[in-house]
Amino acid sequence: MTGSMPTYLGMPAFPDAAKRAVANSQLRRNLTHATTAIRTKRARAVAELDDWEQLRQAAKAIKDHTLANLGTYLLRLEENVTKAGGHVHWARDAAEANAIVANLVRQAGADKAVKVKSMATQETGLNEALEAQGTAVIETDLAELIVQLGDDLPSHILVPAIHRNRAEIGELFRRTMDDAPAGLTDDPPQLAAAARAHLRHEFLTAAVGISGANFAIAGTGSLVVVESEGNGRMCLTLPRTLISVVGIEKVLPSWQDLEVFLALLPRSSTAERMNPYTTIWSGVTPGDGPRDFHLVLLDNGRTDTLADRTGRQALRCIRCSACLNVCPVYERAGGHAYGSPYPGPIGAILSPQLRGVDSPIDASLPFASSLCGACYEVCPVAINIPEVLVEQRARVVESQKHYSERIVFGASGYVLRSPRRLAAAQRVASLGRFVAGRSGRIRRLPPPLSAWTDTRDAPAPPPESFRAWWARTKGDRQPSGARERIRDSLRKDSR
Amino acid sequence: MRIGLFVTCLTDTLFPDTGKAVVTLLERLGHQVEFPVAQSCCGQMHFNTGYRAEAAPMVRGFAAAFDGYEAIVTPSASCAAMVREYHPVLAEGDPALARNVAALTPRVHDLATFLTGVLGVTDVGAYFPHRVTYHPTCHSLRMMHVGDAPLRLLRAVRGLDLVDLPDAETCCGFGGTFAVKNPDVSAAMCADKVAAIRQSRAEVVCAGDNSCLMHIGGALSRMRTGVRPMHLAEILASGDAE
Repeated sequence: MTGSMPTYLGMPAFPDAAKRAVANSQLRRNLTHATTAIRTKRARAVAELDDWEQLRQAAKAIKDHTLANLGTYLLRLEENVTKAGGHVHWARDAAEANAIVANLVRQAGADKAVKVKSMATQETGLNEALEAQGTAVIETDLAELIVQLGDDLPSHILVPAIHRNRAEIGELFRRTMDDAPAGLTDDPPQLAAAARAHLRHEFLTAAVGISGANFAIAGTGSLVVVESEGNGRMCLTLPRTLISVVGIEKVLPSWQDLEVFLALLPRSSTAERMNPYTTIWSGVTPGDGPRDFHLVLLDNGRTDTLADRTGRQALRCIRCSACLNVCPVYERAGGHAYGSPYPGPIGAILSPQLRGVDSPIDASLPFASSLCGACYEVCPVAINIPEVLVEQRARVVESQKHYSERIVFGASGYVLRSPRRLAAAQRVASLGRFVAGRSGRIRRLPPPLSAWTDTRDAPAPPPESFRAWWARTKGDRQPSGARERIRDSLRKDSR
Repeated sequence: MRIGLFVTCLTDTLFPDTGKAVVTLLERLGHQVEFPVAQSCCGQMHFNTGYRAEAAPMVRGFAAAFDGYEAIVTPSASCAAMVREYHPVLAEGDPALARNVAALTPRVHDLATFLTGVLGVTDVGAYFPHRVTYHPTCHSLRMMHVGDAPLRLLRAVRGLDLVDLPDAETCCGFGGTFAVKNPDVSAAMCADKVAAIRQSRAEVVCAGDNSCLMHIGGALSRMRTGVRPMHLAEILASGDAE
């Protein structure tokens, strides 16, 4: 069934949101600075491995195999989590997942929960759902905390506060953090220390921890969280009750499969050979860690995506963010324009895949790309993002009634598929050179082409097209009989 | 070798000098080039914008026009990539057409890799005494995998001073209808590309695709930079006339 991401309802279409971002010079600076630094480091980390491409192909094959047998592996996961003392819940959509978690938090008698950074719960809007029943939710990842304190939305998968610089964060901490030390400056180590002290109290007093998972191992019922700050380890081990909300595509068959992903993920996301903290747990262990463990398996549009021949490759995604960091569109439009917790190239395919293409934002996302292919090139699980985008564009065109655009594309198709009509159009177009005048450039065109000439000149058509020149100078070189052969084969298409 | 020139609808209509340059260049290298007049458009704009039904007849037209050629050479890596990667997708469901397309697509080459890979030449005997920077277009790089073939060709041109383009592999923001559907982001990308070109201090920016050059050139001209966009074919076809 189609998924939903409640926090993001009513977002404007991408070009409108991006227009504001492009004009924000501070945001542009912050994003260019951050993405340039991380993509340079990533390239270096990846270049260290001479079998990167083999690893990438292996990861793709493992994910494809798992997705093709998803039912089997999910049932195996459920069986082994249960055997290890955990409880498994199945959620069809965001609302079901939130209701399950809210209920579990109530049963635990907790008035607050500490959270590990989690994309699945961003997707379901869990924080808002819990706050609605009076549960305080504390994000413990530094960047998520910055977003939460600023009553902001995340703009990057891995670095959700990438749109903020240290000066903005210092100001935010001084304004919103009750226990911020006096004289707190914008110095990053000072800011990190302030957050650390602020969070320590929460870790020690929360009865419930909430997480997602990067991977779930079916064979042993183990969950894996990969992180940098150690806040995850705290949330996963200190509270009495642990609830993990995990997308059904996160399952892997075995530990051998995990090995491949632990080589790919840190290098792709933080440009590290290995991330500082990897926490792996299977159910509950008496005397160690949480006493009560719940796994909520989330569909929210994933089974629909799985049924889509081209789009299903989006389910291979391991949320590394490499595609965001190399994307020239993301770098200029910023993450908020994507209207989803999943911004950038992967978001441009994942959100319409999970939510459908009915809303203005979802119908515009497949077009939010120049199809440059930089995302596909760096993707550690080889998701051909441009291919999916183009497929989704066809879906948008089929489902929408853009009469004027349809007429333009219908008419241009009629001209462009016939060499005779193309030649006739070229003769008409060549008159455009009189509009251009002596400069040979056209400085203004009517809408929709004014979107081009607002910032760029357009070339004036030449007096003679290439085909006219050829016919005039070398027309005798046309192979005999070719014209007839072509006419016969084209006749099938002519309408 | 029977070489068919696939000039592309854009170059045919707006940049005929590039087509003429390909003919001049290949003739200078001792090859005869034919221009099958039945060709029109590869359908990329329609396909990439979501109009698949409109693109499908162009696949049939292309296959008919270029049937029988040993090599199909085009001055657009982007259109070459469209034919190679997506014509088979559009031909699905018509077994006869799918067979023709499958036989045809491996013979479609962009100019640079045709010269270096198929003909095995890097020095094409050109003379172009200008400071040039090269923008590797996205589809040439990531779909046609031309690698450094264009740079090797340019380095062999006498008199040419090849200068590095900062952040060369970043998209110029053209992206077909992207330039019109997302004009603000597209223009922002183009502004950064123009800044990089100016930083290179080149007089000429060269690329293997007139679509990207039309975009970059449109901004260069609007900003009165005096930097000239020029297709690789036109530089390689330049000789010492003086």
